[in-house]
Amino acid sequence: MAVKNFGFSISRPRTIDMDKNNLRKSNEILRELPELQACIGCGSCTASCSAGLLTQFNFRKMHTLVRRGEYEGVYKELSKCMLCGKCRMVCPRNINTRKVVLLIKRTLGDF
Amino acid sequence: MIMQTDVVVVGGGVAGIKAACELCQAGSKCVLVERDSVLGGKLRGWHKLFPSFTSSSDVIEELLNELKQSNVECLLGSEVVYISSTLCRLASGTEIQCRAVILATGYNLFDARIKEEYGYGIYDNVITSVDLERMFHTGTISTLSGAAPEKVAILHCVGSRDEKVCQRHCSKVCCITAVKQAIEIKKMLPNSEVFNFYMDMRMFGPGYEELYLTAQKQYNVHFIRGRISEAAQLPKGRLQIKAEDTLTARPLIMSVDMLVLMVGMKAPKQNALFALATGLELQPSGFISSKDLFLEAVLTSVPGIFVAGTVTAPKTIGESISEATMASRAALKFIEG
Ligand SMILES: Cc1cc2nc3c(=O)[nH]c(=O)nc-3n(C[C@H](O)[C@H](O)[C@H](O)COP(=O)(O)OP(=O)(O)OC[C@H]3O[C@@H](n4cnc5c(N)ncnc54)[C@H](O)[C@@H]3O)c2cc1C
Ligand code: SF4
Ligand code: SF4
Repeated sequence: MAVKNFGFSISRPRTIDMDKNNLRKSNEILRELPELQACIGCGSCTASCSAGLLTQFNFRKMHTLVRRGEYEGVYKELSKCMLCGKCRMVCPRNINTRKVVLLIKRTLGDF
Repeated sequence: MIMQTDVVVVGGGVAGIKAACELCQAGSKCVLVERDSVLGGKLRGWHKLFPSFTSSSDVIEELLNELKQSNVECLLGSEVVYISSTLCRLASGTEIQCRAVILATGYNLFDARIKEEYGYGIYDNVITSVDLERMFHTGTISTLSGAAPEKVAILHCVGSRDEKVCQRHCSKVCCITAVKQAIEIKKMLPNSEVFNFYMDMRMFGPGYEELYLTAQKQYNVHFIRGRISEAAQLPKGRLQIKAEDTLTARPLIMSVDMLVLMVGMKAPKQNALFALATGLELQPSGFISSKDLFLEAVLTSVPGIFVAGTVTAPKTIGESISEATMASRAALKFIEG
């Protein structure tokens, strides 16, 4: 007899567990582009983002997650970026945001 | 015993020392009264100062030299228990009659044990920013077991901006102190990882934002926006901390070898006693009110009582010393009529 699906499931914990996360890739990215660490989370990049206007894409959140070692789904999300470069023009910390997109995608690969 | 002088300076921290020097150099008679057996106030406990990493002892030495040359009369180990604009009474019963008083009695440090959720005084490796300065003094940072910590969390705003402990105000200097201390840890232990948990980064002074950038880019200090909600002790004295990483809107947990609490500045209880006796006005924070924030910051609601330094609000050393100069000038003008 097939097990009946009552629609219940176990939610995955949402907690970022910094003990379990492996920061090796994140550190690799930061070593190549130390300026990414200067981010102050202002959100100008996200506010100016063409892709973010039409989708859930949030560039600030993506690279913050990467810095916490949360890589899953990031490659796919960053593929929404059209590399228009508007974020780079507004970033007050002068971070090369387009390079951030390309570097993260190159380092992480498709997770 | 009854003494007489022109101006009594109460408190021998940086503000009080500077005020006394200025008064004597201008030819007025003054007595500097300090509760401790040494002068210098809180600076005695700091190792190197933000934002330039100048030795705290250099600043104290410089001021003490000036004091020596100014021939100031100092009463050490003497607590002032009562003031009016014409009289100061010491705990010993000695009374000093005067024509003006400069109050430079400073601040108290917030007692971190009150924030029980962080376990200061309970867990092995929860320390305060003050304890860390002491470690810098000795030249080694270590956990209770004697090992160098590999992972350190620094928590901003402990006992500041927190209605739960009746401390609504921002203590102003702890953000930049946290950045300074993070860099100092990384300088001493380059392989360690340092995480600063902050609510806002308040880099208000010259060179502070630059130091923050240096901490980020050059020293790889991680800044996580979120207040740690609690700490719990793990085996071997390690600690598990919980916070929200508000920039990703996710809860975050992490274990560290050491948790440093950035304790804030608290208004001493004696401010209320002084206020009661003299009619000085207090702010809701418990610090003494200036007569006017813009034009008469060193005057108070009571003619003849002047203020300098952190007795009115959290301030840096430079700000406290500048105010001391202003306060002594104002006091001189007052007694000269
Ligand atoms: C962790 C930490 C690190 C800091 N680091 C820096 C830094 O790097 N750079 C910087 O610019 N600032 C720093 N500060 C701020 C600095 O400590 C203050 O700006 C400075 O101490 C203010 O000096 P003050 O004279 O106003 O007060 P205090 O230093 O508090 O001195 C007050 C003096 O008055 C005496 N006193 C009090 N009541 C009485 C009484 N009733 N009778 C007689 N004497 C009395 C006290 O014993 C004390 O000696 C730091 C603060 C903290 C908490
Ligand atoms: S604009 Fe720059 S500083 Fe602001 S969130 Fe984006 S990357 Fe960070
Ligand atoms: S200076 Fe920073 S750490 Fe200190 S109370 Fe203000 S916001 Fe908090």
